[in-house]
Amino acid sequence: MTTVPADERIGSVGLARRLLIRPELGAVVGLIAVFAFFAAQSPVFRSPAGIANWLDPAATLGIMAVAIALLMIGGEFDLSAGVLTGTTGLILVTLATRYGFDVWTAMLVGLVVALLIGLANGLVVTRTRLPSFIVTLGTFLMLQGINLGVTKALTGTVQVSGLRRAAGYETARTIFAGTIDVGGTSFRVAILWWVLVTAVATWVLMRSRAGNWIFAVGGNEQAARAVGVPAARTKIALFMTTAVAAWLVGSILALRYTSVQANIGIGQEFIYIIAAVIGGCLLTGGYGSAIGAAIGAVIFGMADKGIVFLGWDADWFKFFLGAMLLLATLANRLVRRYAEEVKH
Amino acid sequence: MIIQTRDIGKTFGSVLALREVSMSVEAGQVTCVLGDNGAGKSTLIKILAGVHQHDTGSFLVDGAEVRFGSPREALDRGIATVYQDLAMIPLMSVWRNFFLGSEPRKGLAFDVATARRVAREELRAMGIDIRDVDQPVGTLSGGERQSVAIARAVHFGARVLILDEPTSALGVKQAGVVLRYIARARDRGLGVVFITHNPHHAYPVGDRFLLLNRGTSLGEYRKGDITREELTGLMAGGAELEQLSHELSHEPDRE
Ligand SMILES: Nc1ncnc2c1ncn2[C@@H]1O[C@H](COP(=O)(O)OP(=O)(O)OP(=O)(O)O)[C@@H](O)[C@H]1O
Ligand SMILES: [Mg+2]
Repeated sequence: MTTVPADERIGSVGLARRLLIRPELGAVVGLIAVFAFFAAQSPVFRSPAGIANWLDPAATLGIMAVAIALLMIGGEFDLSAGVLTGTTGLILVTLATRYGFDVWTAMLVGLVVALLIGLANGLVVTRTRLPSFIVTLGTFLMLQGINLGVTKALTGTVQVSGLRRAAGYETARTIFAGTIDVGGTSFRVAILWWVLVTAVATWVLMRSRAGNWIFAVGGNEQAARAVGVPAARTKIALFMTTAVAAWLVGSILALRYTSVQANIGIGQEFIYIIAAVIGGCLLTGGYGSAIGAAIGAVIFGMADKGIVFLGWDADWFKFFLGAMLLLATLANRLVRRYAEEVKH
Repeated sequence: MIIQTRDIGKTFGSVLALREVSMSVEAGQVTCVLGDNGAGKSTLIKILAGVHQHDTGSFLVDGAEVRFGSPREALDRGIATVYQDLAMIPLMSVWRNFFLGSEPRKGLAFDVATARRVAREELRAMGIDIRDVDQPVGTLSGGERQSVAIARAVHFGARVLILDEPTSALGVKQAGVVLRYIARARDRGLGVVFITHNPHHAYPVGDRFLLLNRGTSLGEYRKGDITREELTGLMAGGAELEQLSHELSHEPDRE
């Protein structure tokens, strides 16, 4: 009846538009530009050792950025994620050094606590319908207080240390905080965890039912619920996923340095969000990608270390951060206009 | 008779949104619900769809009394709804929207190849011409979006399709397209509940007409029992319309 033969309108949609509505596009362009900038000026930066060097911060940041990206696609924020890396690290070191736990049991306790905190964030947000920005800001402040308060009460200082002596340390370190030799350069094993997390997250987003639900609850929660999507469960699962990522990163860092500062992770929550936004996540939810967030983290790692390689003052990093964020949000807005443009 | 309500009522706090409304939906027929803004049309169909629960009266599906706790329960009984205000997720592709909430599975995974193919086929079977099922729903026109939602409900084996003002935001031509899909769904044996404030959209496809006014029913009419003019008159509150046309007409001998 209304069938038009071999649609002449397909052409007008165009390849350019198809590419432009990929959320990662901006991040890929940024990645190439930033790499070219530093690689051109610093031979160390482009050497295998240099690459191993800037991939390391990219990895730990990337694990978090990917989890936060999923959460943001689902339409929520988690400001407590950074401090939670500290909380889980502190639990690990404290239990293993002061209460005779072996490293594995201490990590398990840390995981359970992280899951409970994620669950609490998720429950409060979905039950009260308060903005997650506020709810997790509350969690952020409470965890920050607990981290410092408990550490001070136990040790009289603001750090716990001595994980090296705990039972099971060596194996746990090899798995979470070791290095792998590739062609004479040692790369941190955290890079593998980051690649794994990114791959799993991408699969979940693009190829699982849960992925469809994540996009839907972030895009239009009411509409999603009306077609039978378990919106609250999806969001709670996302908060718990973020908490597990924080546990993973907290454990990696604790095993690597064998001590944890009570104020660690504060301020990182915004870096995660910024990396996710550079990677194409919209602040309003419903759009973004895990690979994009991982690339956003690489851009950070490059800038973080690249500035040092060039011998610049580290303060320039902050300037760079701001500039990248602005550019990325502008690019994202264009993308959104393209994608959402309603034809009349 | 798939759905029947008997003297159903609903209050929101002190607001009496619906009072003693009776209606019925039969397979292969279109029941039109007409009424002005705030008449309670959306409230009524939200009860049928499991979004709200009724406070008084009874709601029967296949002759047995029910009370749905969630939209999912209504869906499981074959009652699918396309809402006026919340229909689809604009940033998601057509095929993702099509299968949202009922994704086909292949092992643990969402079978995206099947989803894409079936979405394309089902849309074509309903005569809906979408350029590309990968395009975001936000880039579709309002009529196309409604059509996709209708095709989705039909595909998922809905026995009753509830449409909340699917034509209200559309131009004449697009409204015609949607009306045609309503007729197709009806011809496939679905019971359709079609909500509108436009009697000219309702009359050509409708088999029964339920008129609501400020939460109460002005009666349910079969097509044979009412003419288009009577329907229009009832809708506008007859006398009020005459009064209005009198007020708005020119008064040539002034000045
Ligand atoms: N959740 C609610 N809480 C309080 N009052 C409500 C709620 N939903 C609807 N109402 C009230 O119930 C009455 C009927 O609303 P309803 O949405 O059913 O009207 P409608 O016929 O669909 O109108 P429209 O043509 O504008 O869509 C209105 O007075 C409305 O304000
Ligand atoms: Mg309404």
